[in-house]
Amino acid sequence: MTILLDSSTKVLVQGITGREGGFHTEQMQELGTKVVGGISPGKGGAKHLGVPVFNTVADAVQATGATASGIFVPAPFAADAIMEAAAAGITLIVCISEGIPIQDMIRVKDFLRGFPQARLIGANCPGLITPGQAKIGIIPQRITSPGPVGLVSRSGTLTYEVASALSASGLGQSTIVGIGGDPVLGLTFRDVVELFEKDPATTHIVLIGEIGGSDEEHAAELLARGTRLKAVAFISGRTAPEGKRMGHAGAIISGNRGTAKSKEEAFRKAGVAVAETTDEIVGLLR
Amino acid sequence: MKLLEYQAKEVLSSLGIPIPPGMVARNPGEAVAAFEKLGPVAVKAQVPVGGRGKAGGIKLAKTADEARKAAEQIIGMDIKGFKVPLVYCEAALEIEREIYLGFTVDRDARANILMLSAKGGIDIEQVAEESPESISRLYPNPWRGPLDFELTQLVYDAGLGELARPLSALIKKLYRAIPDYDALTAEINPLVVTRDGEVIAGDAKLEIDDNAAWRHRDLEQRYGSVLEGDPYEVEAKKRNLTYVSLDGDIGIIGNGAGLCMGTLDLVQRAGGRPANFCDIGGGAKAEVVENALAVILMNPKVKGVVINVFGGITRGDEVAMGVITARDNLKMKLPLVVRMSGTREEEGREILRQNGIEPGVSGWEAAKKIVELTRVGVQ
Repeated sequence: MTILLDSSTKVLVQGITGREGGFHTEQMQELGTKVVGGISPGKGGAKHLGVPVFNTVADAVQATGATASGIFVPAPFAADAIMEAAAAGITLIVCISEGIPIQDMIRVKDFLRGFPQARLIGANCPGLITPGQAKIGIIPQRITSPGPVGLVSRSGTLTYEVASALSASGLGQSTIVGIGGDPVLGLTFRDVVELFEKDPATTHIVLIGEIGGSDEEHAAELLARGTRLKAVAFISGRTAPEGKRMGHAGAIISGNRGTAKSKEEAFRKAGVAVAETTDEIVGLLR
Repeated sequence: MKLLEYQAKEVLSSLGIPIPPGMVARNPGEAVAAFEKLGPVAVKAQVPVGGRGKAGGIKLAKTADEARKAAEQIIGMDIKGFKVPLVYCEAALEIEREIYLGFTVDRDARANILMLSAKGGIDIEQVAEESPESISRLYPNPWRGPLDFELTQLVYDAGLGELARPLSALIKKLYRAIPDYDALTAEINPLVVTRDGEVIAGDAKLEIDDNAAWRHRDLEQRYGSVLEGDPYEVEAKKRNLTYVSLDGDIGIIGNGAGLCMGTLDLVQRAGGRPANFCDIGGGAKAEVVENALAVILMNPKVKGVVINVFGGITRGDEVAMGVITARDNLKMKLPLVVRMSGTREEEGREILRQNGIEPGVSGWEAAKKIVELTRVGVQ
């Protein structure tokens, strides 16, 4: 069991003929992901990596019945690619692209309200993976293993580090979701926690947060109401100064808001164990 | 990118919003010239932070001599870590009332929020705390912008109904900063109503989305280099590095923002003080590592560097080669600790050992090691 994605989900890749799109599609296929087509305007009719290429997402959906799509498209075109996928009926949209202007994403969020079935993950994220079955994005499968731990994170490589440690300790993962580092994004921590809560195969959950915004606090609020999941949280960026963007567009402290301290306190109040270093996560989960 | 007041006012003016007559002065002589042209002026420090008045960065000048003295005192002054590069001399206004008008991104709502309050001229955060009901709010649709009836409601809610027409028109103009300039924050506080009934921007704050810089190159060119930024950040930007200067003496490099922030935290936890944040992203190619090391080593305070790499797609042996090449090209002699984990970590670690670099197996080990090694240097 899993959330959102398994080996039967039909997946499209927007930007499949690009360098990033192509490389990661191969990796996705190697895991067993059912990639059924790609989109590259102007290259419709061709075949790439064993699957048909279409000019538009609508064409691809009509021909393949795909319900999910990974977007590997440069930032200036990514917002449009998200909206195109939603309008074509895609219900799981995973946008890897980094650097999308925030006002573009605000417009995308409003647009998506007209397509309530569409779920967006990202942008600026490594995507998601159901270990042993399928992935959309760039999370390397070799560091993952199937199991009962749900992992949700704003980070990329820090997530890999945690996944690797979990796998090495025999704590496999049900699904790993990278929600991304942007301030205006698709699924939030709270949304993913809700999904894990409903998944019988997930018994534990690890949240990797960082400074900026209040998503972690909203997730903590939900967990405070009661959960069957054993939860551990880690917040990156305790030592980050105010007002400075720390890599991720969303990783910025404004006045007193968005601090690591506020997030850690919110989790503690909710009865969630807070790891001071990523090394502590495994111990706190057991 | 945060615009300075005079730059923000220039942009507002181009959007059709009235601003007081003003002139930039880069030295006391120019401040005198401004007085001679404009009469009594407010001489205002141009720095991208609030609280200028309290810091002594805003002075009223009623004579040429006062203008000259004010400029002398303020230019070069340090306000909250920023060195004042120039002043803006602005004709004094006959203020009848002060209004607050601004928009910003409400992260929780994932939308832009427009705020209007009759309590202008005060810190809006203070107003929000003491009397939140005096701030009226509107979330304009990001495709349509604010509609006329929505603005009318906003203005009446704020108790400013008698100014409904001019305020609505002005708000619409301010809002254009979003589609036209990818503004994330735009604030006019105070929006002044003068004794003659003019509605004019007393102060202006504008922040442009860095992610949208590629579609506003003209703004970058015009306003990007006025403020003397941190020299290392300026250099890092030239080399396309994601880099933030901090106060300490241990250089930090990580592949990934979350991992890099985590490394900062670990070094501090181990008793060290990070000199910087630098995310080299996935790949960690020799050229990128070299650029990152080069910028960090420009800072004479740096006593050592820790590099934290978790290779996903990136291969450990490639990263190791990159680090060694970079270190050798730069002839770096300071302590260098590399945490290397992930894909091909064993191969990578062996290469590092052979080249005299201590590989750490965890971020925490690496952090403790670099703090230890840099402490040894202090007698």
